[in-house]
Amino acid sequence: MFNFTTATTNRLSGSFRFLTGAVLITWLVLPLVPLAIWSFAKGWFFPDLLPKSWSMRAWDYSFSQTSGVLDSLGLSIGISLAATILSIIVGVPAGRALGMYRFRGKEIVELFILAPTIVPGIAVALGIHSVFIGLGLSNSVSGVILVHLIPTLPYMILVMASVFANYDPAFEDQARSLGASALKTFWHVTLPAILPGIIVGGLFAFLVSWSQYILTLLIGGGRVVTLPLLLFNFAAAGRNDITGAIGMIYILPGILILLATARHLSGRNGAVGGFGKI
Amino acid sequence: MTRVNLDHLTKTYAGQREPALNDLSLEVASGELTALLGPSGCGKTTAMKIIAGLLTPTSGDVRFDGRSVMHEKAEKRGVIMVFQNHLLFPYMSVADNVGFGLKMRKTDPAEINRQVVEMLELVQLPGFGERRPSALSGGQQQRVALARALIVRPDVLLLDEPLSNLDAHLRLEMRDLIRRLQRETGITTIFVTHDQEEAVVLADKVGLMLDGELKQYDKPEAFYQRPADMATARFFGGMNFIAGTSSGGIFDSPLGKMRVPEGALAGNGFLTFRPENIRIGDYAGDENRMETIVSDLIYLGTHTRMTLRVGETEITALVNPEAANGLTAGDHLVASVPTTALWVLAR
Repeated sequence: MFNFTTATTNRLSGSFRFLTGAVLITWLVLPLVPLAIWSFAKGWFFPDLLPKSWSMRAWDYSFSQTSGVLDSLGLSIGISLAATILSIIVGVPAGRALGMYRFRGKEIVELFILAPTIVPGIAVALGIHSVFIGLGLSNSVSGVILVHLIPTLPYMILVMASVFANYDPAFEDQARSLGASALKTFWHVTLPAILPGIIVGGLFAFLVSWSQYILTLLIGGGRVVTLPLLLFNFAAAGRNDITGAIGMIYILPGILILLATARHLSGRNGAVGGFGKI
Repeated sequence: MTRVNLDHLTKTYAGQREPALNDLSLEVASGELTALLGPSGCGKTTAMKIIAGLLTPTSGDVRFDGRSVMHEKAEKRGVIMVFQNHLLFPYMSVADNVGFGLKMRKTDPAEINRQVVEMLELVQLPGFGERRPSALSGGQQQRVALARALIVRPDVLLLDEPLSNLDAHLRLEMRDLIRRLQRETGITTIFVTHDQEEAVVLADKVGLMLDGELKQYDKPEAFYQRPADMATARFFGGMNFIAGTSSGGIFDSPLGKMRVPEGALAGNGFLTFRPENIRIGDYAGDENRMETIVSDLIYLGTHTRMTLRVGETEITALVNPEAANGLTAGDHLVASVPTTALWVLAR
């Protein structure tokens, strides 16, 4: 009887695993296959299942100086890194305030922080554009970095707020009492406790910034050509082979980051830090 | 060795009308172990945090050996506070936890290692250095927390409810350890507790705090024999309170005319005495004799608790089981209380 139950459970979890794998492949991997094929195709026309002839032309072009792919890649990485670091600098104290303290108007503050994830970006961007023109921030890289904070900050702050909700500041008092300065207390006690949260929040921030199109286009005025902007240029020009190659380059950081930090995102570390129960 | 003075410490938290701590003044002699006793929320932890420099008082001063330390930061004061829930850093090994204070003082790593090993032996946890705090039991964690504080040889040690999270048998073990370590090191120690037995057993002097105020600060036995007021006597519990009038060394009450010690309060008040000071039957003395009727007996193992009636007034007595042998409810019994065990409190 017992064995039968175990066998049934195993079979169920086996088929569940298969289903999960199938769904993941269908939604995540399959859409990328035509992209990959296009990048190596030398013309690919209906009704052919596969291109008649192959070539490395798109890849050669992508890595050449004239395409601007490498410049855009560098620019994208720089902008996303800067937006991530700024998100961390702003998000950690903000998350601490929201996670640890009760204060008047907290719900309103939370609503304002969440708003960018609900309100369409373009609606916000149009208003911000005119403000940025006045400040001389439009058409500049620093303007783009700043405007990327609008969609990245909510993720960072919400992750940090949940970390600090699970955080006991008495550990900091204890460290101070044992002779640690404020700086050493942060380094030895606070940082190790919140680091998983910073990694997860920073990851979100990086990927959200990485995938910005509308905000970059509007505030950058077309002069700050990040990778997605370049991608759209080639897609609009009908160059499917080059679009495929750039597309492959474009998704690479996301996959790399995901593989490197997968263990922080898994359910076992779901609380993303804090002191929890020891 | 450091003498600690608290001068008129008052703390009112933002947004609260009543002060959490009201005009606390006391002196802890160098090398002494003092207990701040009181129910939760009486301001004792607030007082500790102020001494530790983790909280700024609304007014008042903290002095070590006569020198004000109010301007010194927590990490520079030479005072270490051990918190109730031990707060071992979960990301560090036991050895790193114990050595934390020395590391912050930039001690040589080899020297830190040597002292950590020595300290772990002192708290009876030899060879536990490589373990994670989460792999230890509650009592072991508390001992590591104690080792972490003692290793830096602080001038003043503050213990916040060091035993309250432990099981009964661990509590006794830990109590003896704290007592032994404190005697050996001679570090001036203040500890906070809500357990009167703990305070009485451990401390050289006890400060009873109720509602943010220090009610009485004295040697442990004084709380039993000479409580300062009704609230203090009630906190220690078990007392008999008999209303009456005192004049010329005689307290006139429903129990009869009782002779009270010299210096006892005159006028209307309550006669107080502890149940264990009542003597019965053949053991009764000549002073303050009463004719009583036994109304209840409960055998407690080491003692027998009796309820005795004098007219309409009931008193509680705690006697040796042998003295109560053979007695049943309804029996007539002679009882007495020595004058030295009596005290009079204002209404």
